[in-house]
Amino acid sequence: MTQALQDLGEYISSTLSQDVLTTAVVKGELMLTVRPASVPKVLTFLRDDANCLFKLLMDLCGVDYPDREQRFEVVYNLLSLKHNQRIRVKTATAEDSPVPSVVGIFSSANWMEREVWDMYGVVFTDHPDLRRILTDYGFNGHAFRKDFPLSGYVELRYDDDQKRVVYEPVKLTQDFRNFDFMSPWEGMLPGDEKAGKV
Amino acid sequence: MGVNPDLPAAAKVAPIGPGPGQELVMNAVAQELNDKGFVLANVDKLVNWARTGSLWPMTFGLACCAVEMMHVGCARYDLDRFGVIFRPSPRASDLMIVAGTLTNKMAPAMRRVYDQMPEPRYVISMGSCANGGGYYYYSYAVVRGCDRVVPVDVYVPGCPPTAEALLYGIMQLKKKIRRTGTIAR
Repeated sequence: MTQALQDLGEYISSTLSQDVLTTAVVKGELMLTVRPASVPKVLTFLRDDANCLFKLLMDLCGVDYPDREQRFEVVYNLLSLKHNQRIRVKTATAEDSPVPSVVGIFSSANWMEREVWDMYGVVFTDHPDLRRILTDYGFNGHAFRKDFPLSGYVELRYDDDQKRVVYEPVKLTQDFRNFDFMSPWEGMLPGDEKAGKV
Repeated sequence: MGVNPDLPAAAKVAPIGPGPGQELVMNAVAQELNDKGFVLANVDKLVNWARTGSLWPMTFGLACCAVEMMHVGCARYDLDRFGVIFRPSPRASDLMIVAGTLTNKMAPAMRRVYDQMPEPRYVISMGSCANGGGYYYYSYAVVRGCDRVVPVDVYVPGCPPTAEALLYGIMQLKKKIRRTGTIAR
């Protein structure tokens, strides 16, 4: 199986040598990295080429790596029913640089790209309907970014005078509690380091 | 009731189960009706009896608690025998069981549904998330307790509460209505 994946990876990288940056088999799964601009071309090839036929876009998701200059990654997971194989295509992008939409290639990408836009703020060009999909109407920020505060910016209550739901800056009556889940049987407990010194 | 048959003292206070005692009361009431043509009763109690006997909840399942709510509605616990019948419309219901996580996006919709319910209306908050945010207390997307949006009568704790717990909550609500319910509003 690994050999077949390696062969497929070499075939793809030799055919699309201009677009594919790296190919690798990681933990038994084939992974390509491409430039954002080449995503539509590569995905169209993977869908239509007789040796690939990855006709299903199983998942499209974002990842945030705050330390990198191109902080976001967009990941496309494809499945070929014909050849019983899976492939992962990754591309890196920054906050202000857009990624071409693949809705024209896989219509299932529509909502998934909306979700990545909603959660990470990655812009997809030529998306037919790039709106928020999960968070509240008029939500501020992108919730899955690592610099987004856990409790957000606003909270909500019903106002009896205005007879409607109002938003207010978040104010927690219970401070965030960080539990120490270290097992008393396996790990060191606070104070244990003194025990050996005597 | 305006009848005074010769009954043991305990039978007058407690609800009378099926048997000769119940027979006796029913016969007495029937005789009174035949004799005078009317029966006297306490109006408040009658109204409360009607209200507690037909609590129709709004179907408002939001998350996993809704599955437990379905269990109470199904054959084993069978809410129908309490006169509790789930309604598809807020305008036909007088109880709302908030079963599950109330998100910010859902909150205005829930308030609107609550506003459409006719008086008298009651709210049961079911599960940790609806009671006070629960597992999602620190989340950016969840209302920290549905009592921030609607007034709550009974809180049912648990994550999710068992079917018995919700049933007990409904019975507690009935008790509350019997204790506080009046026709003057």
